[in-house]
Amino acid sequence: MEVEVDPRRCCASGMCALTAPAVFDQDEAAGTVVLLSARPPSETWDSVWEAADSCPAGAISVKD
Amino acid sequence: MTQAPSAPRLPVERTNPFDPPSRIGELRETEPISRLAFPDGHVGWLVTSYALIRRILADQRFSSRQELRHFPLEHPMAREPQPPAAPGMFIRMDGEDHSHYRRLLTGQFTVRRMKALEPRVQEFIDGCLDALEAAGPGADLVEHFALPIPSLVICELLGVPYAERGRFQQNSKLLMRLDSGGADVWAAVAAMREFLGELVTAKKAEPTDDILGGLCATGELSDEELVNMGFLLLVAGHETTANMLGLGTFALLTHPEELAKFKADPGLVDGAVEELLRWLSIIQYGATRAALEDVDLDGVRISEGECLVLSVQGANRDPERFADADSLDVSRSAQGHLSFGHGVHQCLGQQLARVEMRLGYSSLFRRFPGLRLAVPPAEVPTRTDMVIYGVHELPVEW
Ligand code: HEM
Ligand code: SF4
Repeated sequence: MEVEVDPRRCCASGMCALTAPAVFDQDEAAGTVVLLSARPPSETWDSVWEAADSCPAGAISVKD
Repeated sequence: MTQAPSAPRLPVERTNPFDPPSRIGELRETEPISRLAFPDGHVGWLVTSYALIRRILADQRFSSRQELRHFPLEHPMAREPQPPAAPGMFIRMDGEDHSHYRRLLTGQFTVRRMKALEPRVQEFIDGCLDALEAAGPGADLVEHFALPIPSLVICELLGVPYAERGRFQQNSKLLMRLDSGGADVWAAVAAMREFLGELVTAKKAEPTDDILGGLCATGELSDEELVNMGFLLLVAGHETTANMLGLGTFALLTHPEELAKFKADPGLVDGAVEELLRWLSIIQYGATRAALEDVDLDGVRISEGECLVLSVQGANRDPERFADADSLDVSRSAQGHLSFGHGVHQCLGQQLARVEMRLGYSSLFRRFPGLRLAVPPAEVPTRTDMVIYGVHELPVEW
């Protein structure tokens, strides 16, 4: 799995950091998305799909 | 499709305290995007399906700008044209105007920041539970629990002296009433502005370590902007969460099987909070957007300038998205609900609200495992007269 984020689109909702904390974090000052792992381990995949789906700003893209 | 003059008004009649008006569900099945008449004569649209609402909220062609809004219900302001949003009132702005202000705040509301706030929120909750117990053997849960917790928390975060909460609670309640007189609404807005204006002046003179103090210290914002941002956070941050705490407790107390599951497994709390948010959909009259250009939605032509009321209730009870959507099930995954909205305006305070609700519900039932209603459910006064749904009072015993 390959994950990409676009911090310019991100509205800092925190949904990704809430849903998949092993893969996404938020910038301390701006609250925008910080990708912790562009090729996350398989045990996180479900949560990553969920995070991408729940991102209100469409800032997360995932490729199988 | 142009029987415009006979377009119906927004359905608001509930048959029980928890379910949306049945018309919402009927429309979702037959005509998920249907014509809607507004009190000022505008004819727009009511949208009731999950898929459409999510799409509209993520689409920049649908605007939040205040001057394009029409209000779907009778209200003192409903017949007046709306002015553009005041500087800082970013919930009613689009694009760069909106993100400029939102960006100044997002760092304060991250998941991690809110996690760090948990011990403080827990202290506030414990204090409220002590007061509730002292007021017993029975008491109003709204007065002693649901309302003070979010007020204490948002006051602390913003740096508003809690002793002065009377000045904003009263006014903010008035603003949320649908039947407040026009003069009262303007007086309440003026009183809030005055209150926050004094606070901003004080914080500029003597910087404080809180959100409002931090915004003052940037030196980038005018007093008017600071006042309005404070206003937005104060109002958005306490009525909503307070009503979730009150109505959510009412829901659990009237659904003993769900309450038993909740009490038996502390691990359920995160999911239970999402399910209560979904099932209760307290933003009962939905979000509003206006079309900036002509848009085709599933074959329906929306014209520039037309307003769409997006029924959060309709979306959250949509069986295409949530199986058995009308039942409350604290063990389901309600993730994806639209109670905090969607798109770039998605609730800024949602991670804070989650912390307050998780700690709030679980502390309440840990401390009062025998908590029960002190009156029959039908006698609990519900807030059909308010923008945000909930209960006016919740008499309980333990
Ligand atoms: C359970 C509690 C809450 C619910 C159900 C709720 C719901 C919502 C919804 C639906 C929106 C989107 C409105 C739209 O798209 O037009 C919103 C926006 C907002 N909420 Fe909340 N909210 C809650 C708690 C809070 C709290 C605790 C805060 C406080 C700090 C807050 C601050 C805001 C702000 C500032 C916005 C505007 C965001 C923007 O326009 O970018 N809310 N909320
Ligand atoms: S879910 Fe999307 S908008 Fe929210 S913080 Fe993550 S990337 Fe940003």
